[in-house]
Amino acid sequence: MTALAEGVAGAGGVAPDTPVRSGRRGGGAWRFAVLGLLGLYFLIPIAASFWFTVRDRRDGGVTAEFYTGIPGADGFAEAFTRSLILAALTVLLALALMIPTVVLVDLRLPRLRTAVELLTLMPLVVPPIALVVGVRSVLSWAPDYFLGTPLADAFFAIQEPDLPWILVFAYVVLALPFVYRALDAGVHGADLRTLTEAARNLGASWPRVLVSVVLPVLRTSVLNAAFLTLALVLGEFTFANILGFETFPTWILRISGSAPQLSVAVSVLSLLVTWLLLLMISALDRRRGTEETA
Amino acid sequence: MLTALGTVPFFLYVAVFLLLPIAVLAVEAFRATDPVTYEETWSTGSITTITEGVYRRAYLGSLQLSLITAVLAAVLGLALAVAILRARRGQLLRRMVLTASGVLANFGGIPLAFAFIATIGNQGVVTALLQDTLGIGLGGFSLYSMTGLALVYLYFLVPLMVLTIIPALEALRPQWREAADNLGATGWQYWRYVGGPVLAPPVLGATMLLFASAFAAYATAKALVGSSVPLVTLQIADALSSNVVVGAENLGKALALGMVVVVGLVMAFYAWVQRRTQRWLA
Repeated sequence: MTALAEGVAGAGGVAPDTPVRSGRRGGGAWRFAVLGLLGLYFLIPIAASFWFTVRDRRDGGVTAEFYTGIPGADGFAEAFTRSLILAALTVLLALALMIPTVVLVDLRLPRLRTAVELLTLMPLVVPPIALVVGVRSVLSWAPDYFLGTPLADAFFAIQEPDLPWILVFAYVVLALPFVYRALDAGVHGADLRTLTEAARNLGASWPRVLVSVVLPVLRTSVLNAAFLTLALVLGEFTFANILGFETFPTWILRISGSAPQLSVAVSVLSLLVTWLLLLMISALDRRRGTEETA
Repeated sequence: MLTALGTVPFFLYVAVFLLLPIAVLAVEAFRATDPVTYEETWSTGSITTITEGVYRRAYLGSLQLSLITAVLAAVLGLALAVAILRARRGQLLRRMVLTASGVLANFGGIPLAFAFIATIGNQGVVTALLQDTLGIGLGGFSLYSMTGLALVYLYFLVPLMVLTIIPALEALRPQWREAADNLGATGWQYWRYVGGPVLAPPVLGATMLLFASAFAAYATAKALVGSSVPLVTLQIADALSSNVVVGAENLGKALALGMVVVVGLVMAFYAWVQRRTQRWLA
């Protein structure tokens, strides 16, 4: 086959653009084996979960009742709304904290770069359960040591079950690695230094530079960071479970005993939501790519 | 100097919500509460307790599970990454696998556990299918065991490996391969002397990341096995929810501190490996 291919290319007078190497073409079988096996492994649970939720156990047909039943399920609206609010607050706080930091470090304080990078990577390796045990210990100082002081009141206020701000504070920490990396990539890709210097030379003040130059340049990075944080908060279980708050994931676990199909249906939907969120990110990335080449 | 003030909120935030809780763990793991007088004293009691009996088994169980799943996921993820990178007409396939990896690496926790329960749990679709057609069910396999957990963990670890290792694979320059070919090297020799040594540090680094990820996993295990399988994360949750035993709180802190120490050791090794990688992949 190889000789034939070379002969054909030679006959046409066109040299092949990559040298044809014998001995490298034979190993295609393992590739299909790997793709096939892993493909099955990844598809079967999704397909099976879907079938689990649409089959009708009573008369053997197909039913969508478990999906249509989700909005009205006991506690769903409350838990899901709470998770959405927590996610929105986390996104806002994380961006408010990180945009100035990333921009400042890139433009004016490159010496702090390593420190910021290391600190933002820490939540990726410190197990969340260890972190939450530490947070719980700090929170228990309020009744133990500070009782009757304004500090204790603040501690109790951030543990309000309706809107637990402590989860927002903790989720910002968990989101740091993703937010930092997304923003840092945006700052690097845009040559922010030249742009801000140009703006400064033209007489813009620093706040004006931030609003009119930095934010528009970082638009896709900001959205990227926001979507990743949203996905993270909607799926976070460890903190909510250990601190005893009900969010979307802890709600799924609570109802799973009495409504197994419902819990699987919600799981399938949450996979779909993650998928949509990431599709949006990659669509944004592609648009940025075409904008830059245009 | 005024500009440095702009980074104060960040450092303050990290100090309060990340460093303080870890520091508190490191201190309070060495405190003990007297069961009778409720007086607090310094003690290494909790630390001694977690190196024995059920807690020792939990640490060993967690280490074993994370080590096995990390290595398996690294091998499978690497194979998958190589397979899609070297496919000739693979643009579409490549994008599909990468998108799917992005989604599935983020699809952990509670929903993942329920997807597997619906598939190969006691009432699972595949379990029922095998029972009806072959009459054997899943054989001796149980989802609610260490092996079951490993199978579930691979579901988010393999995609994580693909995402982590693709940049390193792309950094392998085709020219190196061509140079090796021109000098008459065989495929084996190329991987043994060129590709392997360049790729080894990032592969090892990625494996460490998978290890840390599997070691810290809590939600999936909690939903699947409760506390019937010895894992540190489940033992911590148990210790914290126990209102009966005085000092269980301190035990939880000691167990958590132990996890931080384990991960810290792994990451120190990772940092060392990473330094060696920079030279080649810069």
